Amino acid sequence: MPTEAPEAPQAPEERPRGTLTSGRGRLADPIFKWVVAGCGTLVLIILALMVIRTTAEAWPVFAKEGFFGFLFGEEWTSGDSRTEITGTYGAWPFIYGTLITAAIAIVIALPLSIMVAVYLTHMAPTRLAKPLSYTVELLAAVPSVIFGLWGLHWFLPNVMRPFFEWLEGLLGWFFLFEGPVLGVGYLPAGIVLAIMILPIMTAIVREVIVVQPLDQQMASYALGSTRWEVITKVVLPSSFSGIVAAAMLGMGRALGETIAVLMLIGGSQSWGASLFGTGSSMASHIAATFGEANPETRTALMAIGVALFLVTMVINILARVIVWRLGQTKGDAAV
Amino acid sequence: MSASNTTANPRDAEPGAGPDTAAHGRKRPASGEPVFEVSDLSIVYGTNRAVRDVNLKVDPQQITAMIGPSGCGKSTVLRTLNRMNDLIPGARVEGRVTYHGEDLYAPEVDPIEVRRRIGMVFQKPNPFPKSIYDNVAYGPRINGMRGNMDEIVERSLVKAALWEEVKDKLKDNAFALSGGQQQRLCIARTIAVNPEVILMDEPCSALDPIATLKIEDLMYELASEYTIVIVTHNMQQAARVSDRTAFFTASVDEAGDRFGNLVEYDETSTIFSRPADQRTEDYIAGRFG
Repeated sequence: MPTEAPEAPQAPEERPRGTLTSGRGRLADPIFKWVVAGCGTLVLIILALMVIRTTAEAWPVFAKEGFFGFLFGEEWTSGDSRTEITGTYGAWPFIYGTLITAAIAIVIALPLSIMVAVYLTHMAPTRLAKPLSYTVELLAAVPSVIFGLWGLHWFLPNVMRPFFEWLEGLLGWFFLFEGPVLGVGYLPAGIVLAIMILPIMTAIVREVIVVQPLDQQMASYALGSTRWEVITKVVLPSSFSGIVAAAMLGMGRALGETIAVLMLIGGSQSWGASLFGTGSSMASHIAATFGEANPETRTALMAIGVALFLVTMVINILARVIVWRLGQTKGDAAV
Repeated sequence: MSASNTTANPRDAEPGAGPDTAAHGRKRPASGEPVFEVSDLSIVYGTNRAVRDVNLKVDPQQITAMIGPSGCGKSTVLRTLNRMNDLIPGARVEGRVTYHGEDLYAPEVDPIEVRRRIGMVFQKPNPFPKSIYDNVAYGPRINGMRGNMDEIVERSLVKAALWEEVKDKLKDNAFALSGGQQQRLCIARTIAVNPEVILMDEPCSALDPIATLKIEDLMYELASEYTIVIVTHNMQQAARVSDRTAFFTASVDEAGDRFGNLVEYDETSTIFSRPADQRTEDYIAGRFG
């Protein structure tokens, strides 16, 4: 036993005092929770207001044409009445224009974005991979009107048109590629859309691929896989849900894109199956006619807006179902 | 070495090892030409010579252990044996590694073919997110192996001592298995492509003691058919399973750069009882590392 006891340790100055019910936590956390919950609810309220308002405004058109009559009607003739619906409103030409351009865009952009992402993550030399990724993401920031201008004035006459003419000569017998080649039309709009959605899709696919666990890839290499096999059998299958998400985001942009499509699709109010044909998309038609629209036409345009909203929603739901179904059969833990 | 030469093995002094591992004391005589001959091997990452001047031989149907503290380069050396280091950007190999006398790093050698013959089991069990069956069948499928796939799968799982546990749930996802079972599945997957050599990179470090023991038993079984090189930071494991042990350590050169190097390579019993180098003795006695 030491005779001289060491100095007794002093109680820390900062020891909390007072009752246990006076802490900050009792107030701070509930406030935070309500603020966050409020923001979440706000989004829902805005969405609901938008749906209700546009549907209400568009109602007379749906009432006259019938819901499916409006969606699949092929004739669009504007009336000019302040009180009732006198024209004929069938939105199918615009719905077709939207669907076909978005489909072209996805069909082109999806494989391309996967390949670019695979190149950036697995093939590109380290020194090149970073700057290339940044460049790809930078492309996503280019305003769509610039894509439209460039597409219309340079890309279309110099690259696409000669290509279309060659394609028409080769596959003209097939209804999708039936001539004449007019220049503007669904296909050029779809191709420019593909270029527009490529960066964002590539960025997402790259993100998904880059976080794939390396140890499974190493296992595959150690069994004597080529790089191609590692990518197609290990990396891409487990990136599946992320790739679908990328496709969805690209699809969403393509469905809603207005200006670039407006500049390239031709702007007619009729439709034809051929990709070389001209037409309008839902968004481009709204943008093209909203300015000078009389009250009746404005009501009809509202109805197109509702239809666009519906189409986007249906496609999104379909994609989720696909991911969910395939995820179940594969036992994908990521879904 | 005679079969009775096990008295110097520290495993015998270990109560936890149990009687069932006593069989592991049996020595298998090395026979035939060496499988690997590593001469003056250095591994360079960019400008950093991470591992320097390694020389060792690996004999067929033997278990060769590589031990040493972290950062001593043992895993790096292991990965040069099946060219897995090729996958690390900036990694370069100097010196010579031969496999049955053939230079593994000759320009005309196809690393894919190398890896098919020299399998690897990793630190963390890494099954694919597929069924148990598809995990085992993966290698044979990509390598276009002929024969009855069901038989290949069964044979591989039997050899990996996993068949009895999974034979009724081959279609289940491999992730549903326990860690130890997953690691045995990974071994089955490696066996399925009929390699000659199995490299194991700390195969038990993520497993509990029971699962570890099972893997060690399995290694011992497999050594009758395959040449095994195992990296472990667990000295007792090296002592229990291996025939020969290479002790690596991390050193610092005049410029202050750390590098890994091989200190001593000998019969496991010698390394653990009469090591030639003081550093080996210190490490084995638990004085560092």
